[in-house]
Amino acid sequence: MRERQPAAESAGGFAVSRRSGRVSPDEAQETSIAVRTDADIVVARQRGRELAASLGFGPTDQTLIATAISELTRNIVLYAQRGRIVLKAIGQGGKRGIMVVARDDGPGIPNVEQALQSGFSTSGGLGLGLPGVRRLTDEFHIASEVGHGTTVTVKKWNR
Amino acid sequence: MAVPILKQGQYLIASIQDALTDADLQQLRDALVAQVGRHRSRGVIVDITALDVMDSFAVRTVRDIAHMTRLRGAETVIVGMQPEVALSVVQPGLSLEGVHAALDLEEGLAFLDEKATAARGGRPGA
Amino acid sequence: MANTQDFATLAEARLETTASRLRELVAHLRQQRAQLREEWARLITEAKLLTAMTKEEIFAEATSVYDNYVEALETGTSEALQAYARSLSERIIPRGVETDEVVGIVLLLRDVLARSLFAKYRTDFEVLSRVLDAYEPAANRIAITVAVGFVQERERVIREQQEAIRELSTPVLPVRERLLILPIIGLIDRQRARQLTEQLLHAIRTNRAKVVVMDITGVPAMDSNVANHLVQTVEASRLLGATVIVTGLSPEIAQTLVTIGVDLRTMHTVGDLQGGIEEAERLLGLDVVPITEATPRT
Repeated sequence: MRERQPAAESAGGFAVSRRSGRVSPDEAQETSIAVRTDADIVVARQRGRELAASLGFGPTDQTLIATAISELTRNIVLYAQRGRIVLKAIGQGGKRGIMVVARDDGPGIPNVEQALQSGFSTSGGLGLGLPGVRRLTDEFHIASEVGHGTTVTVKKWNR
Repeated sequence: MAVPILKQGQYLIASIQDALTDADLQQLRDALVAQVGRHRSRGVIVDITALDVMDSFAVRTVRDIAHMTRLRGAETVIVGMQPEVALSVVQPGLSLEGVHAALDLEEGLAFLDEKATAARGGRPGA
Repeated sequence: MANTQDFATLAEARLETTASRLRELVAHLRQQRAQLREEWARLITEAKLLTAMTKEEIFAEATSVYDNYVEALETGTSEALQAYARSLSERIIPRGVETDEVVGIVLLLRDVLARSLFAKYRTDFEVLSRVLDAYEPAANRIAITVAVGFVQERERVIREQQEAIRELSTPVLPVRERLLILPIIGLIDRQRARQLTEQLLHAIRTNRAKVVVMDITGVPAMDSNVANHLVQTVEASRLLGATVIVTGLSPEIAQTLVTIGVDLRTMHTVGDLQGGIEEAERLLGLDVVPITEATPRT
């Protein structure tokens, strides 16, 4: 039996066409998208919407999920230049949901606390949009180290 | 993918299709600002009926369009926002303050007409 | 019965034996189908299970369950059984069948079949032992699959019913052209608030409403989360071109709004519903273009 690896790691090692934004499904119900340009932002959120729809999320939740993915993917493009978005179907008990992992090897966030504070609504979104992503999702986790990169993991459950 | 901008009298109408990249949005902003200047337009309608996601970048860009065109004498109205998109804008607390909104193109044009009439100092029908 | 194949390990040998044992007992269960199914149906009635169903219905379902059960034993997969369990649950849940009944009948079937195997292999304890080795894990898996399938279906039905109740309790009323009234009564939780907003936004679009009077006279209290939702609903409505007038704001709720940072001066608030409607008509009246009289012909 193939050894299972954490979702983010197991998603490597296949070609992704940057121009067309084609993605390769790693396993059933898991999709990995390489992120480099702002065109990939659109690809990532469309894939996210599709996966959410297939998991039974309603139209509003699909949009909330797509929006969160859009924010996370843009952060990668703007601050790390390259990274990866992994979308995965998850389950717990009887409920189903979606997990989004946004990883990059960028510069990392010096002050995560500050990044998570609100305050972008007045200045108009300067900054990482992370408080917004938090409000759009049910579970939010961030790990970031200066010089090593950032991983944001969010989950949304289908009620 | 450039967004088509139509001129209707004193107004400019831009209909956004979905799947706009960040670069496309910025290009639209710059094009609208330039054309408002060129035609001395009094109003801008940004039709977002086909927009399925509006994140903080899109919100910021729309606010920029409103501010920058206002500096050149035009009012901006966004029309056709989907209910799901509206929820995804308010839930994270994004602000479209200073940006007018109307239900659809017809309402947007009516709004701009009222604004224009008020600006001339008259009441509708006066 | 000598095994003529060469097995690499003892485990493989055992597995093959188990597989052949399973085939044997499945054949037996198929052969005894008529009697065993009848006995099962009889036991169900005796145990006073499925009282919500008639004898004919019980027999019909018993036939389907029996066949699916035996097939699940044979194939070792439970997809067909899962699908059947879901479809059965869909049928019997509205009839008021309870979880303990469903679990009960599946266990009864397991016992009926087990007894039948005891009877067949009673002369050879060794063989019986190995047959049960094959049968028991499979039978237990089946029982769990059916029970879980039933419970999941029940939960889904309950969720749907809750949704329907929530929808009924928050009607949006198109009162006159371009004006909607939304009377909210009772306590609002996060889910109801969210559903309320969705309903209102769709109603604004469908009715092309320009003004909404949201009356919260009937809302006794609101925590800061729900108050936030209220503010978000007002803003979301604005983004669809509609102005929201909030009426019936109690001093307590007003205080909650202020606490979360709402400047009440930026919100349209009026004391009561009647006042709110008048304010709405005033707002709508500004848009009315006076009819110009035709120039009289001379």
